[in-house]
Amino acid sequence: MSKTKKILVDPLHINNPITLQVLGICSALAVTTKLEIAFVMSAALTFVLVLSNVIISLLRNAIPPSIRIITQLAIIASLVIIADQVLAAFAYQASKQLSVFVGLIITNCIVMGRAEAFAMANPPGPAAIDGLGNSLGYSLILIVVAFFRELFGSGNLFGIEIMQTVNNGGWYNPNGIMVLSPGAFFIIGFIIWVQRWISPEIQEETN
Amino acid sequence: MNYSNRYIVLFAAGLCLALSLVVSTIAVNLKDIQDANKLLDKQTMVLRVAGLVEAGAQPTLEEVATYFETIDTMVVDTTTGELSLFDPATMKIDPRKDAKAKDLSKRTEGEWAKKASIKSIAEKQLVYLIRTPGKESVVFPIYGNGLWSTLYGFFCVKPDLDEVVGIIYYEQKETAGLGGEVENPRWLAQWPGKKALTQDGDLLVEVVKNGKVIDPSTQVDGISGSTITSVAVTYMLEFWFSEQGYGKALDNIRQAIS
Repeated sequence: MSKTKKILVDPLHINNPITLQVLGICSALAVTTKLEIAFVMSAALTFVLVLSNVIISLLRNAIPPSIRIITQLAIIASLVIIADQVLAAFAYQASKQLSVFVGLIITNCIVMGRAEAFAMANPPGPAAIDGLGNSLGYSLILIVVAFFRELFGSGNLFGIEIMQTVNNGGWYNPNGIMVLSPGAFFIIGFIIWVQRWISPEIQEETN
Repeated sequence: MNYSNRYIVLFAAGLCLALSLVVSTIAVNLKDIQDANKLLDKQTMVLRVAGLVEAGAQPTLEEVATYFETIDTMVVDTTTGELSLFDPATMKIDPRKDAKAKDLSKRTEGEWAKKASIKSIAEKQLVYLIRTPGKESVVFPIYGNGLWSTLYGFFCVKPDLDEVVGIIYYEQKETAGLGGEVENPRWLAQWPGKKALTQDGDLLVEVVKNGKVIDPSTQVDGISGSTITSVAVTYMLEFWFSEQGYGKALDNIRQAIS
């Protein structure tokens, strides 16, 4: 596998930021009750992560090491505010439901993690690909989790009724835990297990 | 590499300046669109609760504006009960913001204010008089605290204020699937036709515990598994139609719409 492809593909499975590095769990719990919201959140994170990686990578030789963390944070925070403002202007309903969680991308460890671990040491091209790869890895998990949570928690997918719930006069009794945060924990737990079962080499050593 | 202190300070200052310029330019340029979105969302809810727009439909900006040409937005002075026409060009009234401004708000007291957890409200509130033939009604904004959050909504009654046309919530953060069901159209569908207020302005309609409806003409079946949110709906209605809320203006409103 070429190096570029590896940077892009690794974060999807064998080095997934959520299930392998266990970063960004907070938003994976919070915004995955509906698929639509998970998609918007993924798009916002992709925008922030790719751009922050590129900008930080461009500036990597100019940033004084003594203030590098706060510099990264300032750049990320600015991008997050821009994402938040744009959503409020052009995707109002989604931004209403995401509320504070777009703002919390600032504290999403994936963004800072990639800035510090990759963008500071690599040119803008690979940094952009690294940002994209990690965003896709994050999005993949978010969307899978949201798929199961929305389907079993409210009987819908993208707000379209798949299984008619008892409340709406149907047969499906929604699984209440799916719409609460623990539901996301269970699903992420399952994904973590399935990934390590498919690729035993990523299993952590036990002591 | 070694960086001088001078370089570090200049770098930090330059970075902050550049970033703040970008952020503020974007924020300022998008402000109008965002405000329009907020207003559109709120106005759509007014149309929805009054039955002018279908539950799932999202009318366009022009459609909403056309509807609102026939709707009178009235300013209610909650202290005197006086009513006057709202003119968005000259008046700046935002009841939600004003509730926190000292000179524009008043402290609330009594049982219902306490139960609905409302400490102060704006002196001047906005109500909407719908004059579409056959669908004449009055839309009252309501809010109050549920289990986790403040629920914001609209309550719509017939011109005589004796019958409920509908109720709707447009902003709440109650538990999804439990209290969050206050937004479920099936739950809201119980409301139309219930007795709203007596001639003296006493509230008749109430939400009771799930499965405990005795008198279907006034009682609404609560949401199963979320008694606190259900009861909060009653509390906020009691508060808003008390003397502290719209109570003193009810006679004026009846006159204005008929």
